[in-house]
Amino acid sequence: MLKVLEELERRRAAARLGGGEKRIAAQHAKGRLTARERLEILLDEGSFEELDMYVEHNCTDFGMGETVIPGDGVVTGSGTINGRLVFVFSQDFTVFGGSLSERHAQKICKIMDMAMKVGAPVIGLNDSGGARIQEGVASLAGYAEVFQRNVLASGVIPQVSLIMGPCAGGAVYSPAMTDFIFMVKDSSYMFVTGPDVVKTVTNEVVTQEELGGAITHSTRSGVADLAMEDDIDALLRTREFVDFLPLSNRQAPPVRPSDDPFDREEPSLDTLVPASATKPYDMHELIQKVADDGEFFELQPNHAANILVGFGRIEGHTVGFVANQPMVLAGCLDIAASRKAGRFVRFCDAFNIPIITFVDVPGFLPGVAQEHNGIIKNGAKLLFAYAEATVPKITVITRKAYGGAYDVMASKHLRGDLNYAWPTAEIAVMGAKGAVEIIFRSEIGDPEAIARRTAEYEARFANPFVAASKGFIDEVIMPHATRRRIALGLRKLRTKVLENPWKKHDNIPL
Amino acid sequence: MSAKPFSKILIANRGEIACRIIRTARRMGIRTVAVYSDADAAALHVEMADEAVHLGPPPAAQSYLLGEKIIEACRQTGAEAVHPGYGFLSEREWFATALADAGIAFIGPPASAIAAMGDKIESKRLAKAAGVSVVPGFVGEIADTDHAVAIAREIGFPVMMKASAGGGGKGMRLAYSETDVRETFDAVRREAKASFGDDRVFIEKFVEQPRHIEIQVLGDRHGTILHLNERDCSIQRRHQKVVEESPSPFVTPEMRRAMGAQAVELARAVGYHSAGTVEFIAGADRSFYFLEMNTRLQVEHPVTELVTGLDLVEWMIRIAAGEKLPFAQEDIRLDGHAIETRLYAEDPYRGFLPSTGRLTRYVEPPPAEGVRIDSGVVEGSEISMFYDPMIAKLITHGTTRDEAADRQVAALDRFLVRGISHNADFLSALMQHPRFRAGTAVTTAFIAEEYPQGFAGAPASAETTRRMLALAAVEADARARRAAGVDHRLNGLPTDGPRDWVAELDGEQHRLAISPTPEGIAVLLDGTALSLTAVQLPRGASGVMVAEVDGVPVAAQIDRLPGATRVTHAGRQARFRLLTPRAAELARFMLPKAPPDLSRFLLCPMPGLVVSIAVAEGDRVEPGQPLAVVEAMKMENILRAEKAAVVAKLHARPGESLAVDQVILEFAEDD
Repeated sequence: MLKVLEELERRRAAARLGGGEKRIAAQHAKGRLTARERLEILLDEGSFEELDMYVEHNCTDFGMGETVIPGDGVVTGSGTINGRLVFVFSQDFTVFGGSLSERHAQKICKIMDMAMKVGAPVIGLNDSGGARIQEGVASLAGYAEVFQRNVLASGVIPQVSLIMGPCAGGAVYSPAMTDFIFMVKDSSYMFVTGPDVVKTVTNEVVTQEELGGAITHSTRSGVADLAMEDDIDALLRTREFVDFLPLSNRQAPPVRPSDDPFDREEPSLDTLVPASATKPYDMHELIQKVADDGEFFELQPNHAANILVGFGRIEGHTVGFVANQPMVLAGCLDIAASRKAGRFVRFCDAFNIPIITFVDVPGFLPGVAQEHNGIIKNGAKLLFAYAEATVPKITVITRKAYGGAYDVMASKHLRGDLNYAWPTAEIAVMGAKGAVEIIFRSEIGDPEAIARRTAEYEARFANPFVAASKGFIDEVIMPHATRRRIALGLRKLRTKVLENPWKKHDNIPL
Repeated sequence: MSAKPFSKILIANRGEIACRIIRTARRMGIRTVAVYSDADAAALHVEMADEAVHLGPPPAAQSYLLGEKIIEACRQTGAEAVHPGYGFLSEREWFATALADAGIAFIGPPASAIAAMGDKIESKRLAKAAGVSVVPGFVGEIADTDHAVAIAREIGFPVMMKASAGGGGKGMRLAYSETDVRETFDAVRREAKASFGDDRVFIEKFVEQPRHIEIQVLGDRHGTILHLNERDCSIQRRHQKVVEESPSPFVTPEMRRAMGAQAVELARAVGYHSAGTVEFIAGADRSFYFLEMNTRLQVEHPVTELVTGLDLVEWMIRIAAGEKLPFAQEDIRLDGHAIETRLYAEDPYRGFLPSTGRLTRYVEPPPAEGVRIDSGVVEGSEISMFYDPMIAKLITHGTTRDEAADRQVAALDRFLVRGISHNADFLSALMQHPRFRAGTAVTTAFIAEEYPQGFAGAPASAETTRRMLALAAVEADARARRAAGVDHRLNGLPTDGPRDWVAELDGEQHRLAISPTPEGIAVLLDGTALSLTAVQLPRGASGVMVAEVDGVPVAAQIDRLPGATRVTHAGRQARFRLLTPRAAELARFMLPKAPPDLSRFLLCPMPGLVVSIAVAEGDRVEPGQPLAVVEAMKMENILRAEKAAVVAKLHARPGESLAVDQVILEFAEDD
């Protein structure tokens, strides 16, 4: 072989070794894979094309000049997931602890710029000790360059963050501005200030895991969309997830072959809603029986579980599902649920993914904590998101649609394209009991009269036909035919054109 | 036989038995009336019947036990006869009498026979008088130890000495010899005196390795009484029958003749007509003794129907209308072998805890030779806490016992039930168990002896593991290929070429290659070539996958989990994942996960309603102290502290409905 070719091979081999055998072994001992191993699993076999393998840092302070490792702590490039192009960066903890230098940041920015130009998602694998402190402000500048691109790319290309190790301080804000965050249990954490600082400032004692582990962020804070079991699980499920996403806002959502009949009937849905209005039922069953092959990729299943969000497919086309969950808090909307669903609706709208909404909502959750924490502005987020969305919107009211929450949940008035109701739907300002106590306040002392009035009110409003008579419900459908109705609706809406008035951007109540 | 005995009958029951009776009635051209409680308004039996009458709220005492209301329903609908099914009003003498007074036929035995057999002591006395063998024993005053020894010698060892006033195992001793009696008789007396204030003791024969064997009888109103062979119901769990079969692998032709003759004699003695069952306990020496007579159709009657070819419900209806049995004892067939298993809503993996809820998926095995399913539910039905937790009965028939058992295993693989816990895996394990297959060594203690630590899935064999792997891998491979068929591809693998994989079954890795062939799919599994044909992929989040593996039809259930599937086959469940060879290599670096420490939490062991919580936050509790009461399946379950601890936080309130494993309360961390 020619000497120059040999030299190339030698340099490649050296670069691929990252921080060296010892550090690789240490990474493995923690149950973590190296940056390159992770990409091997995330991407189709042999599809990864690395860029900037020989990039080195430019720091000479604090003796850094002597330790130079090619790649500088991050592996970047592109590859495919089931044949579709994605851009990736994977921080290498074996090289300077994955810390972010100016050059490290430049590498990330390069692939982000490229992804924006061609219209392909960016998937970031985060495993970094933080800023390269030796570089000082140059490192901070690097972060900000990445932040700026996260913002510009938002709504243009999907951005997915996997947190597979530490992610602390300013570093958290890059994932925070991406569309989805998946964390690995027991080996990742995210926080702005760590347990030591927390202890010093507030005297609170907390572990890393409790403060910002995968469980904390996927249940309490809602920062993470999913908590994965380990590196392998996280990477394989990310592949599955990316299969749902369009490459960019310039391309239609992906279509995969499907042989699940569009008109598959599900007779058991006719008995999904229990006879008793106070008895809950699991809304997952409806989503699974409507979606292709029962497949529902749920996001944030353990955070604000009173609303369900996630992706599925109808006739091979990606759709976003949003559904109230009567099993949790009776399906009420609260601050967390409104934020969770609002953000999901906006993602779908930005990327042309039709939204299917299943409604069983008794209203907004009452409470001092809710009011004092701003349910007004937080609840408005979901309302705003639905109202501004121009993608196909199909809504099915299964049971309760009460009060303002009825308006919020992709109602006809918020430009719902097809608003269906099951015969069990009740569309009213509130439940019969509450309504009667207000309308017939003078009769409250007379339980017989109240019972009669309640029955009257129920007879009038505990059905979908009042709303249907006003055209707010397009059709009352058989529950068993829900999939067929939605599939046909989506076919008809594929050519939908609807634009919002020109504006610099809207002013959603943040 | 062609004339209709009745033009319309009412079925005073619910669930599978109501559906089963309606099917026969319909075949006979008889119109049917169902009755129902609020909980059953949308039940299958209501839908199947020509008419339905509402009875009342869900509890049986306010609905299915309201005899007067049922008679009123007959008048209202013009039903000429009532079939009571089993349970509820089937063995209530007053109901049979009331019907007779109202001029409505009771599709069952005469009221007098119900009364005679309804009393335990009276029925034994009658049986003895009719020449039926009853458990030998001595009920009179026993003077002293010598007297006891003499009695025991006469009865024959082993014997059981029991306090006359006793119960619950106190004051009971088993004696295998005279010496045993001499040594323990006085002690039994003393215990009887101490525990019950009554030192009278009685001695009876102890039946060793007991089997539960019963004889089906059928008699008309014209003096013909026949027996339709035996059923062996020895496999029970806490006196609840789980498996029934006919013929019994234990019963010889002589024994069958003798038992049959005694059963017929007893029936004759009480003037019986219609279908009835005489239950016996049989010892290892093939001695048998009368237990009781059930004056109704039994749950397990289908096994008799399959081996005799008779429809018992049809004959009950004809007999009630006064028809004569047109066949004699020698015409009764005994063809092949039939086995029934009861699919219960209980979780064998968690100490058989009852389960209630909606059947989110319910798919019965497709029709196949020698397979019958009696059920009263459909997908979406509710297994409610108000009634029997039986979901369905699976009955198979074969030329041999092994064939019938094999058909059970195959059908259970195709029986998809989701939304509640059920015992299908346990039934499959029973059907494969070598001791069950051997037949003769089964006793009523079978389950207690074979599963002392509970149930953890049927044992894995090389064969079942290979089949599980092959089916689960082909399913996952098909999904991978479909995913690779997405549009907007830059490049990508061909979707029809061979692929190398590593299959992970419960964490164990197996090498695999899968290639589509013109005939089906070729699988190379750990070096062994398998050929899959007639592949039917599962549909939905949970589904049944079927394929012929090297020509043998095999089914497995596949449930989609995040990042994996759960595969269920032949009574065993395993977690499955299909990895690329490279991912499998790297998977070795993943750390095993320690199961979460749940000892700090009191979890709800079953879906149920919190009745009360006995402690408050900050309370210090001792081991065994009651913490909460949860009601499920009409049973109040007291949940107790396992160790000393301090209650840190209550998570549930009385009146709240909880799911399995939902946290009821949390203890403080140990100091």
